[in-house]
Amino acid sequence: MEEGNTIAKRAGSRLCCLCNERKPALKRPKTLEQICRDCFYNVFEEEIHQVIVGNHLFKDGERVAIGASGGKDSTVLAYVMSELNRRHNYGLDLFLLSVDEGITGYRDDSLETVKRNEVQYGLPLKIVSYKDLYGWTMDEIVKVIGLKNNCTFCGVFRRQALDRGAAYLKVDKLVTGHNADDIAETVLLNILRGDVARLSRCTSITTGEDGPIPRCKPFKYTYEKEIVMYAYFKKLDYFSTECIYSPNAYRGFAREFIKDLERMRPRAIVDIIKSGENFRISTSTKMPEQGTCERCGYISSQKWCKACVLLEGLNRGLPKLGIGRSRCLENSNDNRKEAKRNDGDRIIESKQCGSLDF
Amino acid sequence: MHITLEFGGGLELLCDSVKIHNVDVELKKGLEKLTMKDLLAWVRTNLIKERPEMFMKGDTVRPGVLVLVNDCDWELSGQLETTLQEKDVVVFISTLHGG
Repeated sequence: MEEGNTIAKRAGSRLCCLCNERKPALKRPKTLEQICRDCFYNVFEEEIHQVIVGNHLFKDGERVAIGASGGKDSTVLAYVMSELNRRHNYGLDLFLLSVDEGITGYRDDSLETVKRNEVQYGLPLKIVSYKDLYGWTMDEIVKVIGLKNNCTFCGVFRRQALDRGAAYLKVDKLVTGHNADDIAETVLLNILRGDVARLSRCTSITTGEDGPIPRCKPFKYTYEKEIVMYAYFKKLDYFSTECIYSPNAYRGFAREFIKDLERMRPRAIVDIIKSGENFRISTSTKMPEQGTCERCGYISSQKWCKACVLLEGLNRGLPKLGIGRSRCLENSNDNRKEAKRNDGDRIIESKQCGSLDF
Repeated sequence: MHITLEFGGGLELLCDSVKIHNVDVELKKGLEKLTMKDLLAWVRTNLIKERPEMFMKGDTVRPGVLVLVNDCDWELSGQLETTLQEKDVVVFISTLHGG
């Protein structure tokens, strides 16, 4: 172990804080502990297990779909979920659920990764495509609307596509790979946008319990750094290319800000999540009421769901329909029915474009 | 000094989509050791072909880029001050690409 000795020399003579035997391989951002690879695997998996058990995320015998994009978070989630399900006898039937947005050179490549994961982890895979569900691929949509609001279309369509895929698989729950960094970022964005309704629910570990398929985030407290380290040490097969259509710049700034904070004070990420959890919205604040879309029956706070409004625009050759902020219009002119109708899902709870988890 | 560099998590796209680079880094005149700080400057000049801001910010890596020296988190070895040795393997992984 000549190489091991060299590492030890440069990393100081300290040993792993947990086992006190082996050389540390990483510094945990959450606790600043220096731990070895084996102890890292243990604490990483055990923390997620505790989150699952402590929040009663699953019941014995449930069917659970894992939203799988082929990216780092969902790949690690699929791996850890199948590990924990075996180890702790959760009794879950696990499935991989992927969305094919129809983005040549991007999603077709990442779907190849998911297909390999299907074999590697022995989990059945279902792919739902925008083309089948909506009659449009993202490539075709971008040809019509250009590169300005494409992320809005993609985000709205993805949310529904996952629900429809989950219904097809007849699952009880959908899990996504949202990590602590993503959630901190979303808290910040909802504050920046004044979106009180989303601010109060974006930190919930389970959402949509009143809807058809509840979603949960077992990685809510898991740092992105640890997910990537885990994938690297375990040599997990994941795909990491940016979507070919321009990413969401506003979210990009928020992400960078959080990463800067993390460098100075790694605890900042859990602290932002804690702040989000502890916000209390005053009871006089008007919240949107949840109903169903008159056209397709999907959950919606408006007459039509956002996907139907966007599709109507695409099919009528008015792709701008349903785009942009309508609240100010609504305030200034109550006759603007269009604006009113579109207010519903104005802000998409999505990660940077192209990523499947949102 | 012979060093193996590996780019992952999307960073390989900044250097002609090549993940592994076996390189020889010359020590600057008058200096006896090579640190990560020197190596980063060398990488930026010699390997990064586009969008260097995706890789570096100031004189260090952009927050969100993980660095491992011989499979050990560089936060344990002194980050920029880490001294490199012959045949070291340095890995850069972006956490910022995709989900």
